Amino acid sequence: MAWIKAKNNSPVKMQEIPSLQPDILLSETLKECKNKKRPIGFFGSGEGPDVRLFVVLADDIASEILISSCLFRKDAKYPSLTIKAPSFHMFERELYEQYRIEPEGHPWLKPLRFGADKDHPFFKMEGEELHEVAVGPVHAGIIEPGHFRFICHGERIYHLELKHGYQHRGVERLFVKNDKLNSCLAESIAGDTVIGHSIAYSNAMEALLGIQISRKAEIIREIALELERIAIHIGDLGAIANDIAYQMGSAVFGVTRTLIINSMLDICGSRFGRGLIRVGGVLFDIDDALAERIIVSLDKAVADTERAAKTMFSTSSVLLRLERTGIINKEKAAELGLVGMISRSSGVDLDIRNDHPYGNYPELTVKCSHPQGGDVFARTYIRYAEIIKSAEIVRSLLEMMKQVKGETILIPPANNLLSDSLVVSLTEGWRGEIVHSAMTDCNGKLKRYKIKDPSFNNWIALALAVRGAGISDFPLCNKSFDLSYCGNDL
Amino acid sequence: MLNTLKLRYFQGKQFIAAPDTAVLGEKFRGIPLLNTDNSEECIKSASACPTKAISLDPFQLDMGKCIFCGDCERACSGRAVKFTNDHRLAATERTHLIIGSRKTIEDFKDNAVKVREDIHKIFGRSLKLRQVSAGGCNGCEMELSACSNANFDMGRYGIEFAASPRHADGIVITGVINQNMAAALEDTIKSVPRPKIIILAGACAISGGVFWDSDVLKRDILEKHKVDIYIPGCPAHPLTFIDGVRRYLAAG
Repeated sequence: MAWIKAKNNSPVKMQEIPSLQPDILLSETLKECKNKKRPIGFFGSGEGPDVRLFVVLADDIASEILISSCLFRKDAKYPSLTIKAPSFHMFERELYEQYRIEPEGHPWLKPLRFGADKDHPFFKMEGEELHEVAVGPVHAGIIEPGHFRFICHGERIYHLELKHGYQHRGVERLFVKNDKLNSCLAESIAGDTVIGHSIAYSNAMEALLGIQISRKAEIIREIALELERIAIHIGDLGAIANDIAYQMGSAVFGVTRTLIINSMLDICGSRFGRGLIRVGGVLFDIDDALAERIIVSLDKAVADTERAAKTMFSTSSVLLRLERTGIINKEKAAELGLVGMISRSSGVDLDIRNDHPYGNYPELTVKCSHPQGGDVFARTYIRYAEIIKSAEIVRSLLEMMKQVKGETILIPPANNLLSDSLVVSLTEGWRGEIVHSAMTDCNGKLKRYKIKDPSFNNWIALALAVRGAGISDFPLCNKSFDLSYCGNDL
Repeated sequence: MLNTLKLRYFQGKQFIAAPDTAVLGEKFRGIPLLNTDNSEECIKSASACPTKAISLDPFQLDMGKCIFCGDCERACSGRAVKFTNDHRLAATERTHLIIGSRKTIEDFKDNAVKVREDIHKIFGRSLKLRQVSAGGCNGCEMELSACSNANFDMGRYGIEFAASPRHADGIVITGVINQNMAAALEDTIKSVPRPKIIILAGACAISGGVFWDSDVLKRDILEKHKVDIYIPGCPAHPLTFIDGVRRYLAAG
């Protein structure tokens, strides 16, 4: 067998993971990728001077995860997969940067997180009428740092290159460095996806600890996850409105988001859900009175969002800016391995809540109808559609709460982590799939923690969406993707 | 047009009328109060802290390191550390952020922010700030953006964020200040005309926060510049930020 099959959040023993010859693993990987599997993990782990490469593929139809590995000698080289399967381009760059295993023939093998202080080998174009525009790392707004390099002909963008790494804080290494469970660190991987990353981290740790959390705790986590989705989506609608100078939308969505994040504060004391989720469950219960308050806020937020969105989407000056701007078509989205909301708005239907469900998601419908044209309009409208859908989900979850009265919300973790194991934990955050892979050594200590934020897959889409567009479309396109710098830089 | 007017009508007034007296929800974790009576509980609370913000001898809590997760309060069942929901956490000296056992909320608030006359004179009515995220998580960034939304409406006090450091009177730093951003941050600070103020917002900027023992921090830049205001929190709440800046400016 070339692969071992696992489920979301089910640990496998390291001895059971096949160890193939590198060339066989790579050809098997390409074969599976032609067969509708997609990479969700492609990372190394040091074994003395050598490096073991783990390939983790998702089979979204069978809801399975395929895992295999091979051993590379120090400084080994192999023929790059990116040429045949472009969705590997970031994974291979990461592997090269972290372990110096070189994918030969990779079209843009450049630093990913550690090149900030060095001369970055930017793409060049020659021509008297071309000019370059350099933006960042410090941007004009209150946003995270990153560097954008445009090659333009007049106003027209020929190429946009992204340079990241400015938010690098060494998150993965910190998880391994600290022996203790560290939910607070998981909450700070990306401050706009506190709940998404906390759930992925907690699910991974609970799988390794052998804890099954209570159904009540699951429901509360899922309520928080959907509230996070609603809040950020509403905020993004406002930000998109702001970028096209539609001030009414910007103001209305801005205050509507406050309703939802204040509900989060009502649940756990933090507007972004910090301190709610811990390994073993949650720290705050939702009683009847609080559930009532959440529903009141939710009803108002949904009514305000509907009114504002309907007005916005029937304003022709808004549609003129959104429609047919920054198109990523379905073929490109599938080829690049885009995930989450961005892939769905291009017609590639990927959603972990549906494809690899956990907790109560098997009982819930998460699909909603939305345009799939892959333009800024589709990426804007899908947010509106998902806000309405997630509000329905929160209501169903609050209804489920009535069946689990009296259940405990927290089971304190008492055991040690399973030794010599690997677990892959998938969660659908508001941006898309969050993948946490945790690996333990023979003493049950974490020896590798790998995080993949959806932004890691999706940044390339921004670069391609603005090709051929006017440079003034860039801020709007950027906001329509709203990708995470810190989730990418870790 | 009619729909837009209707939208406006339904919105009504959304701003917080009196941010100075606003009270946050009960569960919000603000100024902590300490009690040394039971040394066993003190030890429990200190060992529960993920950022080593609590020291034992003497028993103190450093709000510059604290991420307000509440783990200490739970570990000691509120007997050694108890969080109030008071969000007025800002201070103008690093040492003022350290809460000892005898402090009450009033002790802290009355002494924490010292007004500088020259700053009051120049910036008291109008302050433009430039924000730099230097290895943050986008949490503080979102809260600082929220300061300018229709709820908090910081602009009503003449405090606004500027797009360019050349147009700014001060810098707000968020994030841990890592190797990759240190040079860009230094350049941005240099680009602000004097006199300038420097504000650190959030636990990461003040002390490294949850990333305190990361191997990529490069915080020596803070030794070269005087920090004017420290705004604790993880992330810093918009009201904490607005309150801190306004008290520093002594804006009436």
